[in-house]
Formats: sequence, structure tokens, C-alpha cells
Amino acid sequence: MSNLLARYADAAFWMARYVERAENLARVLDVNETFSRDTRGGRNWLSVLQLYDDGERFHDRHDEATAAAVRHFYVLDPENPDSILSAIRTARENARTLRPLISTEMWIQLNIFYNRLRALAPEDLSEPRIARLCSFIKESCQAHTGITEGTFYRDAGWSFYQMGRALERADQTTRLLDVKYHLLLPGPAAVGSPVDLSQWNALLRSASGYHAYRRVRPSGMTPASVAGFLLFHDDFPRSVNACIKALGATLSDLRTRYGLTGGVQAMAEVEALRGSLEGASIEAVIAGGLHEYIDGIQVRLMAITDGLGQEFFGRASAGSEAPQAATEG
Amino acid sequence: MKDKGAAGLLEHYDPQGYFCEMLGLPGQPTGFTRPVWERIGRLGLDELHARARDAELELYNFGITFTVYTQKDSIDRILPFDVIPRLISPEDWQTIETGVTQRVTAINLFLHDVYHDRKILKDGVVPRELVLGNKNYRPEMCGLDVPFGTYVHINGTDLVRDHAGQFLVLEDNGRSPSGVSYVVENRHLMQRAFPDLMADIGIKPVSNYGQKLHEALAEIAPPGVDDPQVVLLSPGTYNSAYFEHIFLAREMGVPLVEGRDLVVEDDRVYMRTIAGLEPVHVIYRRINDDFLDPEAFDPTSLLGAAGLFGAYRKGHVALANAIGTGVADDKAVYAYMPRIIAYYLDEEPILPNVETNICREPEGLKHTLAHLDKLVVKPVGESGGYGITIGPRASRKELETCRKQLEADPANYISQPMVELSVAPTLVETGIEPRHVDLRPFVVTGRSTWVLPGGLSRVALTKGSIVVNSSQGGGSKDTWVLE
Repeated sequence: MSNLLARYADAAFWMARYVERAENLARVLDVNETFSRDTRGGRNWLSVLQLYDDGERFHDRHDEATAAAVRHFYVLDPENPDSILSAIRTARENARTLRPLISTEMWIQLNIFYNRLRALAPEDLSEPRIARLCSFIKESCQAHTGITEGTFYRDAGWSFYQMGRALERADQTTRLLDVKYHLLLPGPAAVGSPVDLSQWNALLRSASGYHAYRRVRPSGMTPASVAGFLLFHDDFPRSVNACIKALGATLSDLRTRYGLTGGVQAMAEVEALRGSLEGASIEAVIAGGLHEYIDGIQVRLMAITDGLGQEFFGRASAGSEAPQAATEG
Repeated sequence: MKDKGAAGLLEHYDPQGYFCEMLGLPGQPTGFTRPVWERIGRLGLDELHARARDAELELYNFGITFTVYTQKDSIDRILPFDVIPRLISPEDWQTIETGVTQRVTAINLFLHDVYHDRKILKDGVVPRELVLGNKNYRPEMCGLDVPFGTYVHINGTDLVRDHAGQFLVLEDNGRSPSGVSYVVENRHLMQRAFPDLMADIGIKPVSNYGQKLHEALAEIAPPGVDDPQVVLLSPGTYNSAYFEHIFLAREMGVPLVEGRDLVVEDDRVYMRTIAGLEPVHVIYRRINDDFLDPEAFDPTSLLGAAGLFGAYRKGHVALANAIGTGVADDKAVYAYMPRIIAYYLDEEPILPNVETNICREPEGLKHTLAHLDKLVVKPVGESGGYGITIGPRASRKELETCRKQLEADPANYISQPMVELSVAPTLVETGIEPRHVDLRPFVVTGRSTWVLPGGLSRVALTKGSIVVNSSQGGGSKDTWVLE
């Protein structure tokens, strides 16, 4: 059997990333709706815009961050490349490129999922229905992940798929943490001041980590321990550390199994990131500045993507144009 | 047994004097279709509609679609599917199978001759300028030998049936005939939706097309290559036939590549993989000659690979179909096919042509102009049913336009009498009605020739229409060759 086409590796990596992205966004919208609205009302929708750094793009098109406008912007807006609809469209386009490779079941599920999203009307996003809609989106993304696990032939394409998923998860977790940290700590002097626990609660739920955290820490909840859990915990599948460990193992296995000489740069970045995660304590990180630390992780994540792009996908260099609409950085 | 509504469903069906694929000629019913026809009657209209809706939804969900692009949007459309199958008797299939094999054999001999000694031109059987002046003639192919003398590895011959049930060849498609994916997918769809209709009928299978195609493609690999790397070259995801490209790549288990995946170095073709460049030996290309290699043909093409033709000339890579086959499936050359068959094989055509007037010849033009309202006039360079004037159905104004076009550029046209195309019972909103059908069998040739049993039956879904093309309201049916 011939080796995997570079273009297919690229598409598998991004298909995984976009589905993962949509799933995370659905969870954030759901949690925001359910756990944060009682005390802060409409202001919390602003926090979603901050999370994705979308304030400017949103306000170009909308006067006010009403709940309905923000929900539409993130779920159904076809012009917003980061909306769930756009993410699943891109995932589906990648799946279309990959159709010769992926199982028919994977394709059909994504195709139906996308067609259902396209058929949604504005009223499906109304307040009483948004939780149900978010469940549908999360479950559809998870169905994709499950079908893929159960049917994707275990060649190099599967490795690139797994790496895409792990990388996107790590990225999403750092984003969650970063924006909340800012919100909760308005100035340097406020570190350690009383905090709104419901916000941290929501944060954990946005990463689907509330119950896992409770098991690890049955009593008490501090911002530092929540941040530490999401960054470093070995066994929580969405912690940055767990994602990077999985990514490193997959990359190393891929290179060995297919005797690939590429991937040197990406491997070096993974190793460096693992080093900085494994040695760190959350107290030291906070003392040094959590935002700066998270920034450092995000830079490394981009460097990993860039390394894979150059050495496996045949992309030119960092920030270069994606080869086609189906794959974008 | 005697469901009243069901009996009515079949009783109301009237082929209106046309040859019917299910019932044959009026007064001479065909026996071999009876079990299927009766079962359809027993299912009843509501059940047929319910299953047809399920089948349509399945096609959509599977993404068995072709893409229609408008200025703003792209729309995925399914090729409409009619659930009532078109049946072919073993005897008729024997005629078709030997007939299309004969035709492909003659076409390959013709192409070899045209690109080598040109005996047929020297002997004056086919006009020299018709071949050498044809826009699909590729002088670059002169003197080049292709494995087994096979130029057309995949051929689709469009057949119609006249008022007496005689099969006639309407057109040869020797470049990149499409539609075979629908043949196989339609069968799978019927197997899921109508197991009760198919039970114990004995239908020749079609699902081994991919293996047969891969075998033929492996046979034409460059000498000395034991385990050739075959790839399918597609223009990409935006091509309207992309679904078929996926289908073929999957069925053959080969990579679907685009031009940007290929690199030519030292007259050898490689594909870009995660491990670097890997050799490619056989390319089933689904892009036109023009776009294959910007260095040899259209310099603006982004779909092919620079240097591909050089590798081909050196024999380091095989292409299916070969370059320059368009000179044989041209509508003007078509008129000479009976003479071409006689010239190379010394045989009568098993499947006759539709009688054709060649307007480049004074007699043909004169006859055409004199009988414009009775003839079908076709431009020789178009496909997809475009540019055709159907005399008996054209308005006075349309006929006048056609006359002017003919007089201005007679060599661009042929004309044929209007064939009363056969009909097949087709499910419509209110019941079952006759609709005109054609048939495109697929012929695969490497070292030898194999014909996929059946082929694509296209159906003109609009009442009375004889245009079956998918771009103009056509659909398809599953085609059952009975054992």
C-alpha cells in the first residue's frame, strides 16, 4: 500500500479540528446559557465574544450583544468562519476531500449533520430551545468521533486525525482558561481576592470537567486549583497536558511505524511543550502570570501545527494561505 | 393476489404505441418481465411512493449528488432515481454485449491507424480532413504505441431502441464517459429498498466493476512494474462528477489525486505523500486532454501536471483513456462507424447506427435542409444534449434559426431521422406512465474487453421529452440483465 497523500493528511487533521471546535463551542454556549445567566444577564454573552476574541468582528455587524444576536453569530451565521455552521461546513468539505479514504458511515453522518444545521431556523436558537440544540450539536460531534473511532482504517490518516483532535482540544482549553482568568482578575492587585465561584463552576463545565474535578477535589474550589486541573492533570482528557501527551505519543508512533523522516520540528515543539507542562506548578505559573504562560502554550501549539504543515502537508510556512477552502489554519 | 387498486395501477399504464421495455410491442407481450411487473402491481402506488421517497433521501444523505453552481451558491442535487427497474432479456444482452465489444474493437483499431499509417484515410474510407482537421485530433500522439493497442480503456456507448425494439447506437463516448457510479449505486439502492421485488429473479451482478477496472488498468502498466501504482486523477471536489471519482477510487482501492498531488521528475510521475514522492504507474484520468499537461497542451491548465506528456511518451506512465481518443467519438466520425467496422473487422455492425446525414457533404446538407421539420439536427462538437434542434417539435422560428446555422457552417452538423425512442414504465405522482429511456453500457478494455452487464438507463422524466441528460431533467433507473 502506498503512503498517505500529503493532501489527505492535511484534510484529516483539519476535519478533526473543526468538529472538535464545533463541539467545544456548543458546550460553551450551553454552559453560558444554563449556569451564568442568573446574576450577570446579558453581559455574559460578551464573555463568549471575548473568549474567541471576536468582539470587533461581531460589532462590525451588530449594534448590541444581545443574547439572540450572539447565539446566531456563533451557531448559524454563515459569514462567521468560526460559527458552528461554518466549522461543520469546513469539516464536511474536508470529509468530501477524504471520501476515498474515510468510511461511508463517517461521511453520511457528517453530511446529514451539516444538512440539519443548514435547515435550522432562527427560532430554533430561541432561549427555550438553545439547550436542546446545543445537546444535538454536541452529540452529533461525539457521534462523529465515535463513528470515526469505530470505522476509520488505522493508517497514517488516523494518526493525523487524532493529532488534530488533541491539538484543538488543548487549544480550546487554554482559551477557556485565559479569558476567564482575565475576567476574574481585573488587576494585578486582585490576585487572590474573593471570586465568583459560579464562574469557575461554569468554566469547568465548559470543559466538561466539573465532575472529574469534584472527584479529584471533593471539597473546596479555588481558581488556582481549577486552573491547575485544566492545565496539568494527567488523566482528564481535555487538560492541556493530557492532550499534548497524546499528541506526542501519536506523532512518535506515526514516525516510527511508517519510517518517516519528517516531523522533526513538530516533535521538538511537542517535547518542549511537554517539558514546560510537566515541570510546572500552578502557584509558580500564577506568580509568573497565567496569561503569559497560556500565551506561551498557544505559540507552541501554532508551531506544532506549522511544523506538521511544512513537513507532512506540503504547506509553505507559518500563516501561508490554505491550499483550498476545505482546509484553513 | 387480486388487489383491486394494484390491478388498476397496471391497467392504466399505456405505452401509447411506443416500444415498451416492460411490455414489448402492443399485442406481443414480453414474457420475461412478467414476474417483476406483477410484483410492482401488487405493491401499489402508495407503497411505491413511500419507498421512492426513502430511496431519494438515502441518495441525498449518501451525498450521491452532482453539484450545480449558480453565481452565489452551490447546490447538491441528486440524479433523480426512478424505482421501477428497466429489464433486459438474456438474448438482448447477448446482442448488446457483442455489439459494443465489436464497436470498441473497431474504434481502437481506427485510433491506432489514425496515429500510425493512416491506411483508412489513404483508402478514402473516412475523409482525411474529418480526422486531421478535428479539434480532438492530437498530432502529438503520432507514432506513439500504447499497450495492446488499446486507446479507449473505458467506453460508454449510448444506445436507444426504436419503435420495433431494435437497438441502435446513438453516440460513442470514448473520452471520459461518466455514469457508472450510478449503475452500481442504483443497484445497491434497489437491494435495500426492494428486496421483495428482486427475490429469485436472477439478475447479473454489477458490483465487481471496480475490480474489473483495476485489473484492466494494472494490465497497461509500464513493462517491468510488478505491483503498479494506479491512481485516479480528478479535477477536484468542485467538479460536478466528483462523486463518481470518489466512487471509482474507493472501488479500486487507489488514491484519488489532483494535479497538485503529482510531480514529474526526469520523465517519471510521482505523487506527494507524507513520506515524500512515490512513483505512479497508471493514471485513470477524469480530466480532458487539454488540461493534462500545461507544457504539452493548454498552458493555463492548473488541473494536470507539468511534464506528464513527456513521461507518457517515454512509456513511464500509462493513461486511461489514451490521449486523442476524441477523434473517434466525434459525432461526424460516428456517421462513418459502420464503414470503419467493415474496414477493420470485415463484419457487419451488430448494433446499427441511427441513419445519419453528414451535412459537410453536399447531399447530406441538401437532404437535411429539405426535411428540416422531420429531422433532428445536432452540432458535432457539443455534448450534454445542447444545441440540438428537434425538427418535428421545433417552432417555425427555431427551424429558421437552425437553417441559418446549417447554411453558415454545414460541417458542424449532422442530422438524423427522429427515432421513436422506447419507453419504460416510470413512477409519477398520479401513477405509472411511459417515459423515454436510453442505455449506456460501460465497456472496459485492457488486454481484452469486458462489458458491465446492464449499464446506465437514463430516463427523460418530463412527459413526452426525449432528452435524457441529467443537465436537462433526466433521471436514471436500475438496469437488470436477467440470467
